[in-house]
Amino acid sequence: MEHVMEHPERWAAALGGAALVVLGAKKLSDERHPLGALLATTGAGLILRSTRSDTRARLSGRRGTIVEESAAINRSPADLYEFWRTLDLLPLVMPELHSVEQVGHRRSHWIAKGPARWPIEWYADIINDIPNEMIAWRTIEGSQVACAGSVHFEPGLPGRGTTVHIKLQYDPPAGKVGSAVAWLFGDEPSQVIREGLRRFKQLMETGEIPTTDGQPRGK
Amino acid sequence: MKALVWHGTNDVRVEKVPDPQILNPRDAIIKVTSTAICGSDLHLLDGFIPTMKSGDILGHEFMGEVVEVGKASHKLKVGDRVVVPFTIACGSCFYCQRELWSLCDNSNPNAKMVEALYGYSGSALFGYSHMYGGYAGGQAQYARVPYADVGPMKVPDHLADEQVLFLTDIFPTGYMAAENCNIQPGDIVAVWGCGPVGQMAIASALMLGAEKVLAIDCVPARMRMAAQLGAVETINFEEEDVFDRLKQLTAGRGPDSCIEAVGLEAHGSTLDAYYDRAKTATFLATDRPTALRQAIHACRKGGTVSIPGVYGGFLDKMPIGAAFGKGLTFKMGQTHVMKYLRPLLDRIEAGQIDPSFVITHRLPIDEAAEAYKLFRDSKDECIKVVLKPH
Repeated sequence: MEHVMEHPERWAAALGGAALVVLGAKKLSDERHPLGALLATTGAGLILRSTRSDTRARLSGRRGTIVEESAAINRSPADLYEFWRTLDLLPLVMPELHSVEQVGHRRSHWIAKGPARWPIEWYADIINDIPNEMIAWRTIEGSQVACAGSVHFEPGLPGRGTTVHIKLQYDPPAGKVGSAVAWLFGDEPSQVIREGLRRFKQLMETGEIPTTDGQPRGK
Repeated sequence: MKALVWHGTNDVRVEKVPDPQILNPRDAIIKVTSTAICGSDLHLLDGFIPTMKSGDILGHEFMGEVVEVGKASHKLKVGDRVVVPFTIACGSCFYCQRELWSLCDNSNPNAKMVEALYGYSGSALFGYSHMYGGYAGGQAQYARVPYADVGPMKVPDHLADEQVLFLTDIFPTGYMAAENCNIQPGDIVAVWGCGPVGQMAIASALMLGAEKVLAIDCVPARMRMAAQLGAVETINFEEEDVFDRLKQLTAGRGPDSCIEAVGLEAHGSTLDAYYDRAKTATFLATDRPTALRQAIHACRKGGTVSIPGVYGGFLDKMPIGAAFGKGLTFKMGQTHVMKYLRPLLDRIEAGQIDPSFVITHRLPIDEAAEAYKLFRDSKDECIKVVLKPH
């Protein structure tokens, strides 16, 4: 496999998977499952075991690739949660995401740019949503990409920021789609997610993402 | 605009490049009125810093006039005259809020490169390799300044550029090195290296109440400059045994604090490269014992070793036994420039110090490439070069 670092755009598209959390969040908040918080806190695997779909089967136990990353962000849980709920802001931390479209009650359609700009797409449902605390999601039955995850916002002591935990589990299929997904995540999915979290932190703490693109250079 | 551009080891050129533009909402564009060459720029010239790319614009000591501000940059106005800290800090992360500005979490777009080497990344720096953010530097006619509502400080009109220019780096750097020594009445402070940072450290140690400073170097012009700062005795390490001399001058006790303003660049991106650099350093050390080892050896029991000198990689044969056996305290790191801007400006205004005393050469930017070599080779008694871009 090629190196992640040589393809910084990968993490962005990859984080698109993580960002599925926001799908249908508002609607779901009205139909919260009592088991939701427990399931979410015990991770993507458990979430999946509690559901019925081929996504569940493909990710059962510790199958597929599991990534867990955390970052302390100097904003309130409510501010951070709000960002994740607001779909149209996500491309700010995921510039390689092609589009996100709300298509139903709690379902959205995501298109990411794959290798040679070949699109990778999936549908996902929000399966749990606790305002200011957590959001969990998974791709729907029959998706080419089996992916599930959660994001938690845990308040810290004063001055220590909010701890954001992301858990992601995915299982790319064999064949063309599978190699596209593998390309997105590269050799080190942890690094991919970490870079996404970093940009999220930069944006939330400073209002912008640092860049040098477009500055002058010599010949 | 004109800018000093790095093309490779021993290859810097002044050339025409596009003018900088606002790239982020909190940016500002500064018309540079004065800029200096730093000792640490020489490590770039000599090719010791990894992740440089041909075409990079150098320079991290600069000041000037605000000519444009981004739409979310609310502090500065067009026409303001400012000094710009060499460290780039966001102002809102965990570290910035604790005044640890050079450890900013957010300013380095290439933080992952530093994390691979150090575990975690400090702040970005202007004009100092892609590992440190890849930001274009200020040895140019114009410069883009990110987070312009955090770093730059307005300076009063009655102070000349040369009096305030060194607030951008070497004055706070020397001052923080002295502050880190926690100087008590009667303290004797030894300073290794009488380059520009060493000079500022000596002057700062005296301002902070050191009874005497012992300044170690071998370049006569630098030692003469240091001797003029007050209660300073100079030691020429080529002619005297530094440890013996320091012992003599401190009633056999050793200096209370040792400031190491020399540094050692051991760089590379792989372990092998670091090992090779370390061997190079060791070879040099057989000729001139490295300053840090000497400082650790000479420091009195319970004393402080303060390190403003720049280190990048791994150190070979560190006398950790001596450090442990004497219960030494180590303080080091890139300067938290923003913390010192206002208090040091106050000291300049109060006439306690005029940092321009280190300047030996004033040149137009067209002669910047020659100036680098003049500075590196200490030709013409060169200690500090200020460039005029316009």
